[in-house]
Amino acid sequence: MYHAGLAIILTLWATMAHALTIEDHRLYPGTGDVTLRILSTADLEVFEPYLLAFQAEQPAVTIDYSVVSSAELHRAITDGASFDLALSSAMDLQFRLANDGFAQSYRSDDTQALPDWARWRDLVFAFTAEPAVVVLSTDRFEGLEIPTTRQELITLLRENAADFAGAVGTYDVRESGLGYLFATQESRSTDAFWRLSEVMGRLDPQLYCCSGQMIDDVTEGRLALAYNVLGSYAAERMARDSGGRVQILRMQDFANVMLRTAIIPKTATEREAAGALIDMLARLGLREDAGQWPLPPLNSAGPGEAPEYGPIRLGPALMVYLDPLNRRTFLTEWEDAMEQR
Amino acid sequence: MIGTGSIGRRLTFLLAGVAALLSVLSWWMVTGLAREAAERTQDNVLAASATAIAETLRSEQGEVRLELPYSAFAMLGAIGEDRVFYRVMAGDELLTGYADLPALSDPPPPGQVRFDTGTYSGETIRMASVSRLVLAGAQPLPVTVTMAQTGNGVSTISAELSRLAAVMAVAFFGVAVILSFFAARASLRPLNEIAAAVSRRGPSDLRPLKRDAPAELAPLMTSLNRLMERLGQSIRRSEDFIAEAAHRVRTPLAVVRTQAEIALRSVEDEAEKRRLRGIIRAVDESSRSAGQLLDHATVTYRADDLTRAPVDLATLVEQTSAALEPTAAMKDITLTRNTMPAQIMGDPVLLDNALRNVLDNAIKYSPEDTEVVLAITTEGREVRITVTDEGPGLGDGPVRALTERFRRGSNTGDIVGSGLGLTIVEDVLSAHGGRLELHTREGERGACITLVLPLS
Amino acid sequence: MRYLLVEDNVELADAVVSRLVLDGHAVDHAACLADAEDCLASAKYDLILLDVMLPDGDGREFLARSRAHLETPVIVLTARSHVSDRVGALDQGADDYITKPFDFSELEARCRAVLRRRGGVARNDIALGQAVFDPLAGTLRHGSQTIDLRNREIRLLEVFARHQGQILSKSHLMDRMFSYDAEVTENAIEVYVGRLRRRIEGSGVRIETVRGLGYRMETSQP
Repeated sequence: MYHAGLAIILTLWATMAHALTIEDHRLYPGTGDVTLRILSTADLEVFEPYLLAFQAEQPAVTIDYSVVSSAELHRAITDGASFDLALSSAMDLQFRLANDGFAQSYRSDDTQALPDWARWRDLVFAFTAEPAVVVLSTDRFEGLEIPTTRQELITLLRENAADFAGAVGTYDVRESGLGYLFATQESRSTDAFWRLSEVMGRLDPQLYCCSGQMIDDVTEGRLALAYNVLGSYAAERMARDSGGRVQILRMQDFANVMLRTAIIPKTATEREAAGALIDMLARLGLREDAGQWPLPPLNSAGPGEAPEYGPIRLGPALMVYLDPLNRRTFLTEWEDAMEQR
Repeated sequence: MIGTGSIGRRLTFLLAGVAALLSVLSWWMVTGLAREAAERTQDNVLAASATAIAETLRSEQGEVRLELPYSAFAMLGAIGEDRVFYRVMAGDELLTGYADLPALSDPPPPGQVRFDTGTYSGETIRMASVSRLVLAGAQPLPVTVTMAQTGNGVSTISAELSRLAAVMAVAFFGVAVILSFFAARASLRPLNEIAAAVSRRGPSDLRPLKRDAPAELAPLMTSLNRLMERLGQSIRRSEDFIAEAAHRVRTPLAVVRTQAEIALRSVEDEAEKRRLRGIIRAVDESSRSAGQLLDHATVTYRADDLTRAPVDLATLVEQTSAALEPTAAMKDITLTRNTMPAQIMGDPVLLDNALRNVLDNAIKYSPEDTEVVLAITTEGREVRITVTDEGPGLGDGPVRALTERFRRGSNTGDIVGSGLGLTIVEDVLSAHGGRLELHTREGERGACITLVLPLS
Repeated sequence: MRYLLVEDNVELADAVVSRLVLDGHAVDHAACLADAEDCLASAKYDLILLDVMLPDGDGREFLARSRAHLETPVIVLTARSHVSDRVGALDQGADDYITKPFDFSELEARCRAVLRRRGGVARNDIALGQAVFDPLAGTLRHGSQTIDLRNREIRLLEVFARHQGQILSKSHLMDRMFSYDAEVTENAIEVYVGRLRRRIEGSGVRIETVRGLGYRMETSQP
């Protein structure tokens, strides 16, 4: 669970080196001496193509890739762990790292080409824009009308409570940084969020730490629908599953769009190689055609898809829900809504 | 450096200098104001943000509670990409935020905003603090909300405005320089007009200038007119003096000569006759010398500031030779003219004098009963007046040396002459851009003197 | 011929007058412009010799003033230089000008040239026996025959004509014939006299040689 001792971050950094909980790790040996140590929240199966592409460009660089949760990543960087690049889907935490002085600035033609909303102070660089979606099981929805708005979803869940009991999944926002970000941003943007949460709470919702598991469970029919799943993962899974057992649904009333971001930690030693990877990611982020890459480009959040909702803004407002007091308040309310057994 | 050579340039430089000073001053002021305005804007936003947070303060079950409103932070993103820090203190206890933000020198009185500047995380930050009394438990507790922000946005905004101001200052300066140039020109125009009016005048035009001039130029005009009047008087006086001197010298000479001539008729003794002839020759020589000296002075003066009027050389040759016809006739010398119209620009008086000198010489050195031929020919852009005689030629000495002052040909014998004649001719011709050519005629007797002048 | 000399210098005026009288002219002398006006009012002149600088004014201004009603030709006597004066004098209406001091031969030549140019003056023919000499035109007529004379010949004949019957020495003739700027020998006189004799042969006018003394002109009486 995320617990930020904001007041004592610097003290912690100075006194202890916390052991990292690494979920996955892989080494891509290069021909030279340089080792680029990357700390990332992206699963290897999603991110490996990027790493291989980078190594094709820079064969000399050895890549040391570690997958961690966004909270672990934030804690590791604030503790002063030595990494050259931090890639995270939790843009609020990335922002906070930059704001609090744990990132170093980097500037190149490629980063300058990014739109203003996709970078902050030459410290934080966004390279994907990924929407939050609803994933539903086509089997379980047979004979039911597919909802397009939250209001329709609420009505559907209410009217078919028996069908959905125990079959609705969403992030455990206490565990997942991304889930917390989506939930807080949604609560701010639409009043349907709390009503939906209450309806889901009555249906004995299944809570998950990660998008992957939720999608798995929908695919296998254990869940009828998963709410607030990372769209990119769902699309990637759909591409692999040809069974047509899942359907991705983007809410028409409002949809969060998250920016996956990169920062170069203060502790980085291979600044040049890190910069080169950021340049490559920035170029890919600006590509016109989505192509075969697992993650969507920045323009997928642009005008064509959902003109009324831009991506979540990179700015100081991201710090609001990271404040422990606010977090406690939000979690209390969320628990009240979700845990009604 | 300011050029001392030109008032116009000096005026332009002066005005441009003032413009440059004003440009720099205005840029400096705009930059300062822009910074001030940006800082004040940041202060206002920080204050609004802190106040928004302070307004959420409340007491619940004896505990101080608050929420950080989303808008309170969102508004801080409006100025620029600045790092944001915050802190909420209840008494001496940290409620939330960055504990190590610089401490306030003294807490703000309730309901008021206090601004501080400090350093945090390696950067200069601006802080706005608001205090509120919150009833926690038995007694009211002062709660202080502090919002802090780095100054990048302010710097960016003021730098942008400063750059804009600089561009405008440079543009203003550029326009000012151009306007200065025109202003200088316009103010100097009357002066130039006076100068032009003076320089347009002929060399002997000394009438006072009558034109409207700005008040500043009135003294100059007055002095100029007075100077011209004095100059005119002085010239008239010198002319009168020369005339008077010539009169005073020549009239007695004329008396002497006439008396000697009359005496010659009544004297029978050959020795006395010779003496009288000697007297007459001496008188002739001195009068001719005096005449040529005066002529030379006049020619030099007029050639310095040449009058240029259209002159037809055929007419000139006709008139000049007609004037000398009686002299030539005395020796039964025929003057043959072989002319064609040829127009040049020049001073007719000087040209007449030059031709007269040449013709005078030719007649003087020609034997009785011979011919002097005056011919005009054109050759390219030049016109040539050739005077050919059957006299003794120019002698064996260097031909060019003949035109040097007071030199006479080696074979002039006892013919009266001062030697200034050809010098005068050469001076007149060179003042007109022409030249004098002297030849002794090959295989024949006589000299051939050519006056070469550029055609108009 | 009747001349008016306007000249304030008395000595010069006397000399000029006596010289002109010697040549057989009648000359009135005026010492100032006022006198000149009086003379012009009372008599008719063939030629005016006008000095430029006079006690009561400038001769050229007088000229400019009176040119309109004055038909008599004018020769200006000036002491000034060629350059500044000539054009001025001619512009004011003078017929010719001569610079002081002047050679009498040149003055005579110029007077003759002006008179010839203007024409219309009374004839000044001199009877030489049966022949008539017109010094102005330079002709000698006898009967139906007219002899044209050249300049020197005219002058030589005129000198003899003014002194008919007198013996004129070579030296005297030399002074009358030539200016003094060239040394002329008496041989030149013999040459000219010889030339003149051949010219006027058969006109009844002869020039006799008086051995040791000079020449004398003889005419056949009508």
